[in-house]
Amino acid sequence: MLWNLPFITVVVLTLIGLATVLLKKNIIKILLGINILESAVNLFLIALGYRGGGVAPIFTLAPSELMVLPTPQALVLTSIVIGVATSALVLSFAMVLKKRYGTVDINKIRRLHG
Amino acid sequence: MKKMFVVAASLLILAAFFGVMAMTLTFGSPKVTDMDDYFLRHGQEQTGSNNECTAVVFDFRGFDTLGESTVLFCAIMGAALMFRKMQGGEEHEDE
Amino acid sequence: MSRIVRTAADILYPTILIFGLYIVAHGHLTPGGGFQGGAVIATGGALVIVAYSYKEVTGWLKKNVLLGREVIGLVGFIGVALLALAFGQVFFFNYLAGSGSLFGMPVPYGINAGELNTAGVLPLMNFAVGIEIWGGLTIVILYMLSGLEKEGC
Repeated sequence: MLWNLPFITVVVLTLIGLATVLLKKNIIKILLGINILESAVNLFLIALGYRGGGVAPIFTLAPSELMVLPTPQALVLTSIVIGVATSALVLSFAMVLKKRYGTVDINKIRRLHG
Repeated sequence: MKKMFVVAASLLILAAFFGVMAMTLTFGSPKVTDMDDYFLRHGQEQTGSNNECTAVVFDFRGFDTLGESTVLFCAIMGAALMFRKMQGGEEHEDE
Repeated sequence: MSRIVRTAADILYPTILIFGLYIVAHGHLTPGGGFQGGAVIATGGALVIVAYSYKEVTGWLKKNVLLGREVIGLVGFIGVALLALAFGQVFFFNYLAGSGSLFGMPVPYGINAGELNTAGVLPLMNFAVGIEIWGGLTIVILYMLSGLEKEGC
């Protein structure tokens, strides 16, 4: 079971992220759960493209010619940047909501104000 | 109490499902590598760069980078737009 | 903040700027590129914002200049890609790799030491994306700080 350790970590992180999004009532904690889910998906993509005993796919003074796959790394780069954009947007929403309603509890932000 | 019981049961079922799927994957030997072998063999003569990740991000898959730059631009514009009306009710801010 | 923190931020800010520009400029030889270098440069801006008070920072980092920087980055990226249509090729074609002009020295296959003017269109795209990420991340931090100041928390 130890040789599959990255994939077991992905399963544990996904479940922690899902439980946080479903069970918490503070907006900031829900946003942290979304971030944990995003990290789990990025780790899964990178762990899929590993060749045993390979080095980074860069030809400048490389130790050997057996390299890992470069395509999942390009996809993860895009995914990390989109995660940053999503977090910035949700945090600015949380600041405006706190000023309007006085609280960040999602059970109290129910009706249109004013 | 009932809601927590239902959520816990569904999470346990998901854990079993994901665990069985994760055991069937092998770590260290991907199954299909035709496209990446082509990128590694012809990347240097077609793009001229030593870094294969940058060549894949900006040259072989440039449309994904175009979409990502646009998404980041729109999200930052949206986040900057939320703080316009909070300046005490002025008409326009004068910086 | 105290005098020690302000002096350290004064000394560290040009160093962080040069390090980030190095990561952006050598994106086709070593690990790095446009996105990573732009994030490093934005961290330097965040250090200055933390060390000084809000009134002094608004005098140095103006919001219009940062917004203009972000727009120039995205327009430059699309413009470099559209310029391939003027050379008779498809959109996003690498028209400078292998030819003898600006960034076009041919590279043989294999492990080598790496030259700076090799990769064609890639360094220009790296610079455009680096400038866009620098402007974008700094403007987000500055707007959130201004929203906090008006509330009075």
